[in-house]
Amino acid sequence: MYVSLLACLRIYLGRDNTKVPVKTMKTTLYKANTRGHANHGWLDTNHTFSFAHYYDPNRIHFGALRVLNDDVVDGGKGFGTHPHDNMEIISIPLSGDLEHKDSMGTTAVIRQNDIQIMSAGTGVQHSEYNKNKDKKVNFLQIWVFPKVRDIKPRYEQKVFKPEDRVNKLQQIVSPTPGDEGVWINQDAWFYLGNLKKSFQTEYAIHRKENGVFAFVLNGDVTLAGQKLNPRDGLGIWDTEKFSVVANTDAEVLLIDIPMEIS
Amino acid sequence: MKLHILVVGRNPQIMETVLRLINAQENWEAFGALTDEDGWQLIQQHPMDLVLIGGGVDEHSEQFFSTACEEINPAIRVIRHYGGGSGLLFTEIKEAMNLKN
Repeated sequence: MYVSLLACLRIYLGRDNTKVPVKTMKTTLYKANTRGHANHGWLDTNHTFSFAHYYDPNRIHFGALRVLNDDVVDGGKGFGTHPHDNMEIISIPLSGDLEHKDSMGTTAVIRQNDIQIMSAGTGVQHSEYNKNKDKKVNFLQIWVFPKVRDIKPRYEQKVFKPEDRVNKLQQIVSPTPGDEGVWINQDAWFYLGNLKKSFQTEYAIHRKENGVFAFVLNGDVTLAGQKLNPRDGLGIWDTEKFSVVANTDAEVLLIDIPMEIS
Repeated sequence: MKLHILVVGRNPQIMETVLRLINAQENWEAFGALTDEDGWQLIQQHPMDLVLIGGGVDEHSEQFFSTACEEINPAIRVIRHYGGGSGLLFTEIKEAMNLKN
């Protein structure tokens, strides 16, 4: 009886091994102090991925996520009018206010707890300036390759309640019209979490084709077993879910993104 | 030796920006085409190393340039340009041409 049970177990395991390939979770760490840095006087910026004159052939993109810039702009200064096309551009102010104007006729101020997205599509021109003369603005500028090229340019901005992300992941970007968050022309979901010390949860990735790029805004966390500090990034893929643990009070951004560019 | 780049796009403002950015680089020279006909003429007149397919250029036109370059010189790389400005431009060119810096 013992032998036959063992044999059955071997057959079962053997069948499992041959018919169901087991994927092993993969991760890539992007420590904060290894980011590309540029100080233009009025603009102090850190690039997680290659951008402008920062070029690292090993850090071009994470799937459809192409740009993650951590920009600090002096009071009253900013980016003059310049064009974009075929890119989903998400701005997340972390402190201060950013004034946006574009060729679609949009004039808006983006503040902390706002999320702005611009689908550049066939082409748009815009400018971004620090609204305040007396204090800096710090914001994340995130570029995602579009799912569909050459769509009509569009702009959207929403306000999110900070209390709705305490010990939970608040969805701020979604590809589903009418869903929570601003709409994106890509199979991507963004979440912000304000996690109190010792809080633990699991994050389930939306699609098997997707991975997650996690970026720590503040505090210390352990994601997928990897300890992370402020402004560290971690790419996670080939898994259905991963663990999230707050080692201190912490704020994180999760970007659930296709691993292939369509 | 100069790197010759043809930029094909449909948006004049983005074209002007991209050409200015490329031509500001030492040893890079860019030519712009807002139509397929202009692009075809430029490929015949100048030995290109790279073709950047910008916004608004449909798959039919993209295929036209891929086929044309394959016939003229298979070493010409044809890639899509995203973003319309300086952010991604230099990395795209360096990646396509396997440049170190």
